[in-house]
Amino acid sequence: MSTTALYNDQQGGAEAAVEAGQESTATSSSSGAAFGLFSTDFKKNEDLKEMLESNKESLKLEAMKRIVQLISKGKNASDLFPAVVKNVASKNIELKKLVYVYLVRYAEEQQDLALLSISTFQRALKDPNQFIRASALRVLSSIRVPIIVPIMMLAIKEAASDLSPYVRKTSAHAIQKLYSLDADQKEQLIEVIEKLLKDKSTLVAGSVVMAFEEVCPDRIDLIHRNYRKLCNLLVDVEEWGQVVIINMLTRYARTQFTSPWKEDGIFDENEKAFYDSDSEEKQGQREAKPYIMDPDHRLLLRNTKPLLQSRNTAVVMAVAQLYWHLAPKHEVSIVTKSLVRLLRSHREVQYVVLQNIATMSIQRKGMFEPYMKSFYVRSTDATHIKTLKLEILTNLANEANISTILREFQTYVKSQDKAFAAATIQAIGRCATNISEVTDTCLNGLVLLLSNRDETVVAESVVVIKKLLQTQPTQHSDIIKHMAKLFDNITVPMARASILWLMGEYCERVPKIAPDVLRKMAKTFTAEEDIVKLQTVNLAAKLYLTNSKQTKLLTQYILNLGKYDQNYDIRDRTRFIRQLIVPSEKSGALNKYARRILLASKPAPVLESAFKDRDRFQLGTLSHSLNIKTTGYQELSDWPAVAPDPSVRNVEVIEPVQEWAPSLGKAKKPKSDDKFYSDDEEKDEEGSGSGSEDSSSSSSSGSSEESGSESEEESSRDLEKTSSDSEKSSSGSEASSSESESQQKEKKRAKKVTPRKSKQTAADSGSDENGNGPLGKTSSSSAESSSSEESDSSEDSDSDSPAPQKKTVGKTKPKVEVKSKKEVSLLDLDDFSPAPPSAPKSSVFSSSLLSDLEGLSLSNVSSAMQVTTSSFGPVKTYELLHHMTGKGLSAKYHFPRQPCLYQPSMVAVQVILTNSSDHSLEEIHIGDRSPASLNVHCFNTVERLEPGASVSVSMGIDFSDSTQAANFQLCTKEDQFSVSIQPAVGELVMPSTMKEPDFCSEQRKLMGMNETSATIAMATANTSKQNISKQVLSVANVGVVSSDQNNLQRFAGRTVSSGALVLVTLELRESSTALLTINTEKTVMASMLLRDLKQALYQA
Amino acid sequence: MINSLFLISHSGDIFLEKHWKSVISRSVCDYFLEAKEKAGDPENVAPVLQTPHHYLISIYRGKLFFLSVTQTEVPPLFVIEFLHRVADTFQDYFGDCSEVLIKENTVTVYELLEEMLDNGFPLATESNVLKEMIRPPTILRSVVNTLTGTTVFAEIQGVIEACVKLTGMPDLTLSFMNPRLLDDVSFHPCVRFKRWESEHVLSFIPPDGNFRLMSYHVSSQNLVAIPVYVKQNISFLETGSCGRLDITIGPKQTMGKTVESLMVTIPMPKSVLSVNLTATQGTYTFDLTTKVVLWDVGKLNPQKLPNLRGSISIQTGAPKPEENPSINIDMKLQQLAISGLKVSRLDMYGEKYKPFKGVKYVTKAGKFQVRT
Repeated sequence: MSTTALYNDQQGGAEAAVEAGQESTATSSSSGAAFGLFSTDFKKNEDLKEMLESNKESLKLEAMKRIVQLISKGKNASDLFPAVVKNVASKNIELKKLVYVYLVRYAEEQQDLALLSISTFQRALKDPNQFIRASALRVLSSIRVPIIVPIMMLAIKEAASDLSPYVRKTSAHAIQKLYSLDADQKEQLIEVIEKLLKDKSTLVAGSVVMAFEEVCPDRIDLIHRNYRKLCNLLVDVEEWGQVVIINMLTRYARTQFTSPWKEDGIFDENEKAFYDSDSEEKQGQREAKPYIMDPDHRLLLRNTKPLLQSRNTAVVMAVAQLYWHLAPKHEVSIVTKSLVRLLRSHREVQYVVLQNIATMSIQRKGMFEPYMKSFYVRSTDATHIKTLKLEILTNLANEANISTILREFQTYVKSQDKAFAAATIQAIGRCATNISEVTDTCLNGLVLLLSNRDETVVAESVVVIKKLLQTQPTQHSDIIKHMAKLFDNITVPMARASILWLMGEYCERVPKIAPDVLRKMAKTFTAEEDIVKLQTVNLAAKLYLTNSKQTKLLTQYILNLGKYDQNYDIRDRTRFIRQLIVPSEKSGALNKYARRILLASKPAPVLESAFKDRDRFQLGTLSHSLNIKTTGYQELSDWPAVAPDPSVRNVEVIEPVQEWAPSLGKAKKPKSDDKFYSDDEEKDEEGSGSGSEDSSSSSSSGSSEESGSESEEESSRDLEKTSSDSEKSSSGSEASSSESESQQKEKKRAKKVTPRKSKQTAADSGSDENGNGPLGKTSSSSAESSSSEESDSSEDSDSDSPAPQKKTVGKTKPKVEVKSKKEVSLLDLDDFSPAPPSAPKSSVFSSSLLSDLEGLSLSNVSSAMQVTTSSFGPVKTYELLHHMTGKGLSAKYHFPRQPCLYQPSMVAVQVILTNSSDHSLEEIHIGDRSPASLNVHCFNTVERLEPGASVSVSMGIDFSDSTQAANFQLCTKEDQFSVSIQPAVGELVMPSTMKEPDFCSEQRKLMGMNETSATIAMATANTSKQNISKQVLSVANVGVVSSDQNNLQRFAGRTVSSGALVLVTLELRESSTALLTINTEKTVMASMLLRDLKQALYQA
Repeated sequence: MINSLFLISHSGDIFLEKHWKSVISRSVCDYFLEAKEKAGDPENVAPVLQTPHHYLISIYRGKLFFLSVTQTEVPPLFVIEFLHRVADTFQDYFGDCSEVLIKENTVTVYELLEEMLDNGFPLATESNVLKEMIRPPTILRSVVNTLTGTTVFAEIQGVIEACVKLTGMPDLTLSFMNPRLLDDVSFHPCVRFKRWESEHVLSFIPPDGNFRLMSYHVSSQNLVAIPVYVKQNISFLETGSCGRLDITIGPKQTMGKTVESLMVTIPMPKSVLSVNLTATQGTYTFDLTTKVVLWDVGKLNPQKLPNLRGSISIQTGAPKPEENPSINIDMKLQQLAISGLKVSRLDMYGEKYKPFKGVKYVTKAGKFQVRT
C-alpha cells in the first residue's frame, strides 16, 4: 500500500482520500478539505521533497518544520515518508528530533519503509549517551509495526538492565507500547515488569507501576515484595508517578489488609499500643478488641500523608481517595482541608473535586461542615460548579445549620441563571424532607415562590411542593387551593400535571375546587401536553369515584376525548380507566376494587442526592466522574475477612514475623532523631520508613542524571548488604545521600537503636501506669486527625497532680443561651412556625435531636483545628458510677481536654468502665438521657467486659456552655443506672492561641458588661509565674498567651459550644494579691470561672 | 492515559492535534463541539465528557480548549492537572497562551508536547528541565545572579512566586517572621517538607527561572481587613424602563499604601439596553453583548473619592430585574501583604557568590464581590 502511495503522485488526491479511508485515520476530513486545493498542496509537498533531498542542513530543517506544521494541522503528509526517513541518521539533533516526530506519526501507515529506519535505532541503543539510548528506545517502541516486535522485545529487555535509570524508565514506557501492539508478549513483558518493580530508582517506580497497571493489574503477587519499598520511595517519586502508585496501592491494600472500620472507637488504642509498647505489654492490654492494623497498612497511610501538601491536585486527590478507602473512619477527616484547598484551583479541578466531595459529604457530613462557606455559590461560577455546590450544601444541611443554608438558598433562588434557580428549589425540597423541623418553613417559602414572575421557578416550585405535600398530606388544603387558583397561569406541562395529580389525590379535601378544575381541563384537553392529559384522565377517574354526582358527565366526556387521542399511551390509559371505573359486564371483579386501586395511599417519594450511588466507584476515578463503569476500570475489592499472609511482603525472611513485627516499631524509633520531623509527627511516624523522608533532601538536590544513577547503584548495593535492617526501614535512599559513609552510618545506627529503644519503652510504660493511659493514647490518635499543632502528649501524662477542683460548680442557668437557631426566614416569611415544642424540661437545646444524632454517628469533625490542645492535661478523674451501686460495673470519667472528634461543639469525655463483679457484663451502652435534647455522642456499645477487665471509651457531650449536668443512663444487658456528668466550668473551654496584641485588642472589645474582675489573695507558694499558670490551667482548659510583662499573665480560650472568647488576665499586686479579670460575653461562665480560679490560687 | 490532544479555538476551530498512541480521528471532537454548542458559555462545558468509544477531558484556558482524548480509566484530575501544566508551559515559553502564539510556534509546541508525554504518560513537565531540551523562541538567558520573590496575596490566600537565576546548586532557606499565620500550604516539589514541619522554614534547591514556590491560605481567624469600601445604590424603577446607579469607592485600612489598578465590573441584567453614566475618575465602558459595565478607576485618591453615577435604561416592556447586579472589584496594593506575612530572611548555602535578593509584596483582590 505504501509503495502505491509513492507512485501515485500524478493521480493525486483521490487516491490519498481512499487510502485515508482504509486506514481510518484522522486524515479523512482534512484530506477532504485539501481535495479542492489539491494542486497547490501537491506542489508544496513536491518542493518539500526537494528541500529534504538537498545537501543543506538548514533547508532540510526548514522542510521538516513545515512538515511538522502539516502534521499538527492534521493534514496528510505521508507521501513524504521516503524522503524523510533518509534523514533519520542525521547528525543534526534538531533535525533528528523532527524526523522522529514524523516517523512516529506515519510509521504505522508506511510499515515497509519504516523498517529502513530500524537499524539506525538499533545502533543508537548502544550509544554511550543515556539520552540518545532513551530517545532511540522511545521512538523505536512508538513505531507501531508488528514485524519489529521481537526487536522491540530485545531492546526493552536490554534497556531494563541499563545503568541509567532514565533509560530504564523509558523501557517501562516501552512495555506498555509493545503490549498494546502485541498482547501475546504479555508473559515476557511481565517478567520485565517484575524485574523493573525491584528497581530502587524513584525515576522508574512511577512508570513501571503504570506498566503494571496496563499490562497485568491482576498480578497483585508481583507487588508484595515491593510494597514497602514503593511506600518508602513514594515521597520522592515524580508527581505523576505518585498518582499512579497511590491508586495502585489503594487497590492492593484493599485485598491485603482487614477492614479498619469495624470497631472504630476502640481500635485506635490498640493500634497505638502496638506501636508504642513491647509485645508483652501488648498482650496485657489487649483485653478489648483484637483488631490491629497491619503495620504495612499503617506505613502506607503514614507515607502518603505528607503528599496532601503537594502542589499537584491529582496527587492530593489520590491521597484523599486513599484515606477515604483505607483509613480508619476518624482519620479520614485530615484530607478535608486539602480538598477544600483544591477548590481554589482551576475551574476544571473544582469540578472534579466537588464531585468527589459531593459523594463524600453524603456519608460524612461532619468532614465538610466546618468548611460550609467554601461551598457558597458565586454568581461567576460556571453552571455545573454551581449545581455541585448546591448539591454539597444540601448534603451538609442539618438542624444546626439549616437556617444559614436556607438564607443562602434564598439568594440563589433570585439568581438570573434560571436553571440554577430551579435546581435551588429542588434543593430546598430536599432539605425540607430531610429535616422535618423546617418542612413547614420551606413549604411556605415555596408557596410564596408560586407567585414568582419566572415560569421555570414557579413550575419547579409546584413540582417540589407536590412531592412535599405527599410526604405530609394533612392540613394542606390551603396550599392545594392556592395552587388551583394559580393553575390558569401556569403553562409548564410538568407543573400543570403536578397540580392535577395533587387535586386528584386529595380531592376529598378540596371537594368544591377539584370538579371545577376538571371542568376547565375538559375545555382545554385537546390542546394539552401528553403528560397533562394523562393526569387529567387520572383526575377524572378519581373524581368519578368520589364525587360521581357532579363529575360523571365530565369524566365521560374526557374519556371519550382520550379514546381518540393521537398518543397511544393516552388511549391505553383511557381504555383502562374506563374499564376500571365504569361498571359493566366485562369489567368484572376488578371494578369493585377501583377505589382501592386508584385512591390507595401512595408512598411519598424519597428526595435524595444524585450522588447517592456514586460511592460504588473508587473516588477520583473517571468512572466516578462520569458515573459509569469505564473501560479498564479496576474495581476496589471488599476488605478480606481474614488478611492474607502478611509475610509475603517480607523481603528477606530471616526472623519469624511475630518477632519481627514489634521490632519494626522499635527499629524505626532511633531514626527519628536524624529526621526533620517535629515531635508531634514522631508519634505517627514511628514504624514508618523514615528512610524515604530523609532521602527527599538528597534526591531533590541531586537531580542531575549522572549522580542520580550512581547513587542508585550505591544504594542498591547497600540495601542488599544490610537487607534485614535496611529493607524494613528502607534506608537505601538515605544511604545514597552519603555514599561513602553509608557503612559507618549503618554501624552508628545500630548503636543508636539500643538506648532509644529503652527510652521509648520507659515512656510508654509511664503513660500506661497513668490511669490505663487513655490520655496519652487518645491524644496521640487525635494528633493524626487534628492539625499538626499538637503538643507532645507524653509530657502531659507525666505532669503533676491536678489542683483541687470543685465538682459542684453550681446548679445554675439552664438558660445560658437559647440559640438563635430558629431565625429562618425563607423568602421573608412572616408566618414562620417554630419547630414543635420539645419536652418541657429542655429549654436549652433545640428539639431536633434525633436526626442530629443520626448525622453524628458518622460525623467526624476536624473543625477543632483552630483550637490548640492544652499544654496541661489534668488527670483528675471523677466517679461516674460506683461499683456498689452499679452491681459490679464501675465507671470513672475525666476530661481529656482534647478537641472532640465527633463534633466541634462537644466536650470530649473519657469514660473508663471497669467490671468489678465476678461475671462478665454485656452490652454496655448509653440509654435515655435528660434533658431529652441533650446532644451526646455515645460510645460504641461495649459488647462484653470480662470480670476484672476495664475498658476506656470516649464520648462527646454538648453542654452548650452551661454547667448543667448531663444525665443519662448507663445500661448493661440486665440493668440501667442513672448517672450524671457535671462539667467544671473550666472544662467547657478550649485553649486558643493568641498573640499578645491580638489578646489586647480582643479584650478591648469585651469591656463593660463582659468584664468580670476581682482582687484575690494568693497562697505565697503560688506567686511564681509557673505556679500560677499551673493552677490556672488545672482549673480551666485555656492556653497561655506569651507575654513579656512580668506581673501580667494572660490566658485565652474559647467556649466549646459557641466559640465565644474567654480571656483571663491575672495582674500580680504586692503582698500576694492579684487582680483577676475575665473578659467574655458569657458572663455567667465568667463569674463561675472567677470563683474557681480564686479558690485554686488561694489554696495549693 | 492520554491518547491524543486537540487544541480548539474559541470558535470551534481545531488548529492543532497531537497523538501519542494510534491516531484518533479528529471527528471525535464533534461530540465536544456539540456539548460546547449546548453549553453556550465556554465556561459551562463540562470538563469530563463521554462518547461511545472515548472519554474527553478538557480545560478552557486563554480562550482555548485543550481537549485530551483517552480510551481507558484515568484519574480525571491527572489529565486536567497535566493540561494546565501544558498551558503553563506555553505561557512560560511564549509569554502568553493564545491561538496566535501557538500557531506561530507550532514546531516548538510539537517538540514540547513530544517531550512532555511518552505514550500518554507525563515525562518532563518541569519548566527548567524542558528548557534544557528545547529552547524557548526568544533566548533570554540572563547571567546576573538575581533572586526576587514576588509575594502575591489574594484575600486570605496567597502564593509566593519566585524568580531564581542562580548558578550552581544553591541551597536556599527562606524564613518568615510569622509563619504561624499560614494555615494551609502546598509546595513546589523542591521544598523539603520535613524542614517546614519542624522549623517552619522553606528549605529548597530552586529550579531555574520563574516558579511558584508555595501557595498558602491564612486561617480565617485572622481575617484580613478589606482595604476599600463600596457605597452603592442601584435601583430599577417599578414602572417605566429605567433605573439609577450610584457607586462610590473609598479606602479603608490601606495602611498608608495607595490602592492601584482599581477596576469595577458590574454584570447588568440581560434586559438592560444601555447605560448613561458619568465617572468622576477613570473611564467606563458598557459591553452591549455581554451587558457588562467595566469601570477602570486607576489609582484611588483618598481626598477625592471616585464616583460613578447615572441612569440605566431597560428594554421597554421587560419586567424589572429581580436581582440587583453584583459588583466585582479588582485592585492591587503594592508593597503590602495584607495577611501580614513577612519574609524574615533568605539564606543561601552551597555556593560562594553573593546573590542579589529582593522581595516584593503585592495585595490583589481575589473574587471581591459586593452583593447588592
